Amino acid sequence: MNDHKISRRAILAGTAAAGALSLTGFPARAEVQWKKYAGTKLEVMLAKGPRGDNLQKYIKEFTELTGIQVESEQIPEQQQRQKAVIELASGRPSFDVIHVSYHVQKRQFEKAGWLADISGYMKDSNLTAPDLVESDFSAAGLQYAKNDKGQMLSLPWSVDYFILYYNKELFQKKGVAVPKTLDEMVAAAEKLTDPKEGTFGFVGRGLRNANMALWTNFYLNYGGEFLDNKGNILTDGPEAIEATKLYQTLLTKAAPPGVAGFNWMESMASFTQGRSAMWIDADGWAPPLEDPAASRIVGKVGYTVVPAGPKGQYSSTYGDGIGIAAASKNKEAAYLLCQWAVSKTQGARLLQAGGGVPFRNSIVNDPEVRKGVKNAEWLQSVIDSAKISKLGLPVVIPVAEFRDLVGAALTATLSGGDPAAELKKAHEQFRPILERSEKA
Amino acid sequence: MSAVTQTTPAAETDAAPEREWRPPSYWPFVVPALVVVLAIIIFPWLFTIWMSLNEWKVGSPTIFVGLANYVRLPTDPRFVEAVGHTIVYTALSVLLPLIFGTFAAVVFHQKFAGRGFLRGVFIMPMMATPVAIALVWTMMFHPQLGVLNYLLSLVGLPPQLWVFNPITVIPSLVLVETWQWTPLVMLIVLGGLAAIPIEPYESAEIDGAGVWQMFRYITLPLITPFLFIAGMIRMIDAVKSFDIIFAITQGGPGSASETINLYLYSVAFVYYDLGYGSAIAVVFFILIIALAGVLLYLRRRTMWTEIGGGA
Repeated sequence: MNDHKISRRAILAGTAAAGALSLTGFPARAEVQWKKYAGTKLEVMLAKGPRGDNLQKYIKEFTELTGIQVESEQIPEQQQRQKAVIELASGRPSFDVIHVSYHVQKRQFEKAGWLADISGYMKDSNLTAPDLVESDFSAAGLQYAKNDKGQMLSLPWSVDYFILYYNKELFQKKGVAVPKTLDEMVAAAEKLTDPKEGTFGFVGRGLRNANMALWTNFYLNYGGEFLDNKGNILTDGPEAIEATKLYQTLLTKAAPPGVAGFNWMESMASFTQGRSAMWIDADGWAPPLEDPAASRIVGKVGYTVVPAGPKGQYSSTYGDGIGIAAASKNKEAAYLLCQWAVSKTQGARLLQAGGGVPFRNSIVNDPEVRKGVKNAEWLQSVIDSAKISKLGLPVVIPVAEFRDLVGAALTATLSGGDPAAELKKAHEQFRPILERSEKA
Repeated sequence: MSAVTQTTPAAETDAAPEREWRPPSYWPFVVPALVVVLAIIIFPWLFTIWMSLNEWKVGSPTIFVGLANYVRLPTDPRFVEAVGHTIVYTALSVLLPLIFGTFAAVVFHQKFAGRGFLRGVFIMPMMATPVAIALVWTMMFHPQLGVLNYLLSLVGLPPQLWVFNPITVIPSLVLVETWQWTPLVMLIVLGGLAAIPIEPYESAEIDGAGVWQMFRYITLPLITPFLFIAGMIRMIDAVKSFDIIFAITQGGPGSASETINLYLYSVAFVYYDLGYGSAIAVVFFILIIALAGVLLYLRRRTMWTEIGGGA
């Protein structure tokens, strides 16, 4: 590896290389055998988005470093999740490496045993660079990646904090201050709403299922917890009702018409067209918002943490990992790829592009890496969110049913449904499903 | 005479050797078709029924539970609501294309300049891919940017929420369905109209019948069998409609446009509960068969009673 003939790019690409070079004085450690699996062909299935883009854009560097050929495809996330499950359940998936959405798939994948245990690889210095250690991942990342027995089943790749995006121009025009609390946010949203001009104070997900990710921000800030210590679901309690009332007010009084059908894409469209003043969503949308070809509000976007509620201030957090199919025949080569995907170089690129936040503290806290982030305000909002991060969904198997049923209740409140009654109805349906799947 | 009596037995003897060959020669020809039918129709169905009797979740071991999945159906509010949505959706998307299609057929049956060209234009929606047109309609339905609200504003009507309101979502989807499938009804009815003789109209005219009376008492009874065929095709299509609904609303807002087919899809491929999903599929299948049966029965009855042996 330390051969002087090796290209500069390869050294950059390899965390190991960087790590090993800096380890002057600790020569005893074996080096990662990057080239050992040269000639292997890997198949990777990715969910469409900035993480997948970041991997595909630089994959040539990985091939240069290892001699491993990589075929990858990006599929829209809903379809990717379905395809992954169907293929994994068949026992002969067409891919070696899989992009996992922890907040949806963690319990399901663990229970089915679809992912290879990589704890052993992480201890093997022929395979793992010295800087890749468990303790470098944030607590949320480890919580996501490990199963009950403490085995690592994937490498935490990118974390999503929910942040508040706001349109500085609209705020200035109406003389409104950036809200610090949820109550202030409602007041600001109503003040910023001007249907005659076609501008609205707030936009966010109203679409069933997708809307849960927005709602949980309010729920957590009203002091809600998802499960009690016996595993019972708590999302129809008083905190949930308060949070739903807030959700209902914001989306019916201060949001564009039709918001009940909006996912992040429609919300982003309204926001980038300058028609909505505030938007709460995942932190990965800075690139399209600041892209002159896609946005009318370039340079006018403010980034900050989600406002505080009466019982606290949290940023609901979701995350992606990258893991290896248990049925793969190229596990070691696949592990090298996973390691490269979460490496310092790749993580820094992801962060600097504003496409996501690595789970590794050594990347996020590195002043050099931070200096490379052009959008300082965005970076600050992410750093602040990390301090108040809390998992945004209950870690249960029927996450999809939970999101659909409670999400439908939320959508129903947008056309006049009573928050308490709708939540009650949804939970009467969800409780038996939860019991059935957790006991099986 | 004697020659004739001789030829008859000769004809019988000619046929005799053929009869000897026939019995063993037919059934092997059925085998390929039988194998295909067994493999792609019968086996999947038996397997679906078997799955519906099990707690069958992707990633978990399967457990035989008997009829438990079926017992769950009537107590599942989402399923019950889905049945209701399916009935409303189907009824509207059969009736409206039938009415508009018949009207269009009567119009296109007249002779006027450019008829052939306009007929071609009229059937164009039918040729488009449902998912593609669903995406176009999604844009047209957009409450802020869509063209439909713009058109309403031209005639002074307030903007509507279309597919984003639980009350208007099903009628809006039916609008798309009607737009796409009215031409099909038109084509079938046009065929029926072409087969009607001109004489009844002539005598009706002499008797002083008006246009509406001629339509009501001559045209309509004579095209009834064609309407039944069109109705049946439409019903089977509408009951199992998936692409348009999924592409435009995914069953939303909330679950206001979730038909049995969409719910079935969610249960099987989003919640991965294949056992319960299979139970829904079985019930759904029985429902379609029953509907088709009722329609076939009605069609026979009308053919015998209203149009006599003419059909």
